[in-house]
Amino acid sequence: MSTPLLEVRNLVKQYPSATAVDGVSFSVPEGICFGLLGPNGAGKTTTVEIMEGILPPTAGEVRYRGEPLGARFREDAGILFQKTALQDHLTVRQSVALFRGLYTHGLDVDEVLRVCALEKLARRDARKLSGGQQQRLLLAIALVNDPAVLFLDEPTTGLDPQARRNFWELVESIKARRKTIILTTHYMEEAELLCDEIAIMDRGRIVAQGPPHRLLREHFAEVLLELPRAEFPEAARALPLQLIDSRDRVEITTHDLEATLRTLLEAHVPLTNLRVRPPNLEDLFLELTGKELRP
Amino acid sequence: MIRRLLSVYHARNLEFLRDRGTMLFSLLLPIMLVIGMGFVFGGPPRPLFKVGVLAPPAAAHAHPFLEERYVQFVPMSDRSAALAKLTHQQIDLLADFSAGTRYWVNTDSPKGYVIERLLLAAEPGAQREPVTGKALRYIDWLFPGILGMNMMFSCLFGVGYVVLRYRKSGFLKRLHATPLTAFEFLSAQVLSRLSLILFVTLVLYLGIGAIIGFHSAGSPALLALLAVLGALSMIALGLTVAARFSSEELVGGILNLLTWPMMLLSGIWFSLEGSPRWVQWVAYVFPLTQLLDAARDVMLDGAGVAQIAPQLVYLAATTLVFLAFGAWSFRWRID
Repeated sequence: MSTPLLEVRNLVKQYPSATAVDGVSFSVPEGICFGLLGPNGAGKTTTVEIMEGILPPTAGEVRYRGEPLGARFREDAGILFQKTALQDHLTVRQSVALFRGLYTHGLDVDEVLRVCALEKLARRDARKLSGGQQQRLLLAIALVNDPAVLFLDEPTTGLDPQARRNFWELVESIKARRKTIILTTHYMEEAELLCDEIAIMDRGRIVAQGPPHRLLREHFAEVLLELPRAEFPEAARALPLQLIDSRDRVEITTHDLEATLRTLLEAHVPLTNLRVRPPNLEDLFLELTGKELRP
Repeated sequence: MIRRLLSVYHARNLEFLRDRGTMLFSLLLPIMLVIGMGFVFGGPPRPLFKVGVLAPPAAAHAHPFLEERYVQFVPMSDRSAALAKLTHQQIDLLADFSAGTRYWVNTDSPKGYVIERLLLAAEPGAQREPVTGKALRYIDWLFPGILGMNMMFSCLFGVGYVVLRYRKSGFLKRLHATPLTAFEFLSAQVLSRLSLILFVTLVLYLGIGAIIGFHSAGSPALLALLAVLGALSMIALGLTVAARFSSEELVGGILNLLTWPMMLLSGIWFSLEGSPRWVQWVAYVFPLTQLLDAARDVMLDGAGVAQIAPQLVYLAATTLVFLAFGAWSFRWRID
C-alpha cells in the first residue's frame, strides 16, 4: 500500500487542567476529503492544529508523505483556521498577495481570486466584507500556494444557509481538482455532502471511523420512525419498542417496519404526524456519543 | 527568504500609511512640542554673568576679579568641554589662573565684551585668547531631544503594540502556518518601522529646522547613520517586550516603565550634568541617552565619527542583544 499523505500516530495533547487529545491515530490517503466530527471540546481543533504543525503534541507524531512535518509540509499545506484576523487596511487583493509572497510556488493571485469568486471585491478593504465573503477570502489565502493538502476548520460556522451552500460548491470544485482536504465541522449535512471518510471524536478519542455510508450501514440496519413527543401517550412507553427521546420527538428504531406500525396502531398511538426516514450521521453521532452534535 | 521578508515588509508599510490618524499624529506631536517648549523654556532665569574657572589662583588670597558681584563662577576641569560651552555662549568667559592669568572670550558675545572689561580692570596684563561662536538657543539644544523622543515612542509603542495586536487577533498564528520564519517576520517589522521612522524624522528635521532656523554643525551622513542605529536599537527593545506577552495591560505597563524614565532621564529637556552620579549612570544605560549625546555632539559641535564612536558601538551592540533576545523568546500564538 502506498504511503498515506498524512499519518497521525498515537497523538496526545495534555494541558495542565485536561487531556484534550488522548491517543488518536488515523491516516489520510491522498485525494480524499477527510472529516473530523465531534461536539464542542471533543479535541477536533487541537488535533487539527497539531496536524497543521502549529501546536506541539505532548506525545505521538504526525507524518506528511512519510516524513515528520517540516519545511516541505509548510510549503504544501493550505490552512483556514476557525478564526483568523487579517492585517488591517489591506484590500482583498493585497491580503492574498501578501500570503502569495510567503510561498515559493503557487497560483497567480488573479487566478485565486477568480476561483473564490472575489474578482469584483479585489479592491475592497478586507475588513468590510460580509461573513461569507470573508470566508471566501480566507479560503483564497489557503489556496494561494496551490496546496496539496487543505485544512478547513469549521469553515461554515456562523454563515447563513445561502453563504454556506456557496462555500460548499467552492469546496466541491477544489475536491474535483484531487486536493486532499481535512475538514472539521459541526454540520452533519456538510460532512455527508463533502467527506469521503469521517472520524467521530469524543472526549479526545476517536469513537468511529470510515466512509459515512458504511458507518451508517454498520451501526443502523434499521429505519427510524419519528413521532411528536406531545402526541405520544405515556402508556405506549411500556410497549416492546426501542425508544429514544430526542428534543421534541420520540424516535423508534426498528428492523421490521410493518410489525412496529401494527403495534403502534393497536396501542392507539396517533400516527398522523409519523415520519419514517433512514438514519443520518446525526443519529450515528447521538448513538455513539450520547450527545447532540449541535450545541 | 528575501521574498517572504519583503512581502511582510510591504504589507506592514501599506497598513501604516493608510492609517492616516496615526501617521498625522506622529508628525504633529513633535512639532507642537517644539513650539510649546520653545515658549515655556525660551528664557530661563540666569545670573547676569557666568564665568568658567579652569584653575583657581595659587595664592591663598583670592584674585580681585573673583570678588565681582552678579557673576557666577563655575569651576571646570575639562578645557575642551569648557571651550565648547564658551563657543555656544553658555558661559560668558573662561579663565585659568594657574600660571599668570589667561582667559578665553567669545568675541561674538555682548556679555563676553562686558565681562572682559571687568577682568581687565582687575588685571590689565591678562593673556587674551579669542574664540567665536553664536549663542546656543535652548530651542537648538532641545531640537535633537524632541526628534529622539518622537523616535523612541514610535519605536517602542509602534512595534510593541503592532506585534501584540497581530498576536491577539490570530494573524501571527496564521503567518506561523506558512513558511515564514520568526527571524524573517521580525526583520520585516524592524525594517518597516525603520523606514517609516527615518522618513518621519527627516520630514521633522527639515520642517522644524526651517521653522526655528536650525543648521547642523556636523555631517548629515553621520547624523543619518546615528539615526539608523538609534532607531534600530529602540525598535529591537520594543520587540523584546512584544515578543512573548499577550496582554495589552502588561505590555503597556512595561513600555511605560521603559519610556518614562527615558523621557525624564535621557536629557531630552535638560542636561544631566548637574544631576547625581548614580542618575547619570542609570541614564547612560538607555539607548536614547546615547543617541541624544551623540546627536548633540554632531548637530551642535560638529563632532566627527571618531568622537561619537563609543555611542555608535553601544547602539549597534544593544540592537544585536535585544534582537537575539526577541527572536529567542518570540511566540506566534497566545499560550
